[in-house]
Amino acid sequence: MKGSTINPGPDESLFESGLLDSFALTDFVSGLEDEFGISVPDSDLSARKFDTIRKVAAYVTAKVS
Amino acid sequence: MAFLRAFGSHLPSRCVTNEELAPLVGADAAWILDVCGIEERRYAADEDTVASLGLAATQDCLQKVGVAPADLGMILVASGSSDRFCPGPASQLAAALGLTSTPALDIPVASCGSLIGLALAAQLAPKLGLVLVVGAEIMSRRIDRTPEGKDTAILFGDGAGACLVDAHSGFARIADSILCTDGAASEILKIENNRLAMEGLSVILQASRKIPRAIKDLLSRNSLTLADPGVYLLHQANRNLIERVAGALKVPAERFFVNIARYGNTSSASLLIAANEWRQANSDPPTAPIVFSAFGTGLNWGALLALPVREAAA
Repeated sequence: MKGSTINPGPDESLFESGLLDSFALTDFVSGLEDEFGISVPDSDLSARKFDTIRKVAAYVTAKVS
Repeated sequence: MAFLRAFGSHLPSRCVTNEELAPLVGADAAWILDVCGIEERRYAADEDTVASLGLAATQDCLQKVGVAPADLGMILVASGSSDRFCPGPASQLAAALGLTSTPALDIPVASCGSLIGLALAAQLAPKLGLVLVVGAEIMSRRIDRTPEGKDTAILFGDGAGACLVDAHSGFARIADSILCTDGAASEILKIENNRLAMEGLSVILQASRKIPRAIKDLLSRNSLTLADPGVYLLHQANRNLIERVAGALKVPAERFFVNIARYGNTSSASLLIAANEWRQANSDPPTAPIVFSAFGTGLNWGALLALPVREAAA
């Protein structure tokens, strides 16, 4: 969404809020891998796992720990 | 051995532009172009069938090299959109060709079906001689042109492609292939109850990783680099996805043949339609490897490598 800042709440959909589309999601998942040193297996390549900030945080926390 | 001998294709005459489709799905024509790179697609006529489109592509293919249907050792027909599941379009196509005993088998796999057909044909040709691979789809009957069906309606079109695989001669030799299936993710892309259902975000996420990986693995095990192929022929799913794959492989996007703007995503037909158009524009014997790749329902995906043949008759 050009010209505006999107700040979704922890349970707000990152997709419906306009923050991520399908291709941005791909970059986002790769970014998580790079940033946190984790590996996202193919079995986890579902948009539902990365739909909200809370889900992303839980996923990364589980992977890191 | 197995060689690529000829390609063919057929596109229905009815052209549906973004401007025609946009109001039906509650979208803007420019938005459609932006999200998928598609300007227009073709829709089959009411009287068309998957088999009739496949027949036209077959005739286009066989006529180029003067091969008669009776010379075929086998026919493989890939389609995920046939009106009748069983028997599928392969037997109808064989009958339309006047064949009464030539084995004709269906590959009911949308999008990746023609790649699977090529890989199987390469294995079968040494025993059967000439193997015809056809990808034919009428996806316009599997989508809803409504706001609820927008995400798929904007993408898909109808068409057919064909490839003749020959055990003895051709313009390129099929050297290797990788085929993969991951049924655990099958729910994200399926044709069920005559309707295509797609979780687009997850499909792009999966395809963006699986396609580059298959291509890398295929080239690596054949001691080739990503820079070696002269052309990458991909299933025409989405222009942005093809560009994404090119970026992931660090291969110039110009090396990827793209015709999706004119036909949309024709599912299993798209790979062979693209191959036919590429070959028509590049009729000289290839001097560099050719890479095919596709991804689709199943999930099924993979890649196929064809190498230049300098001494074989094209």
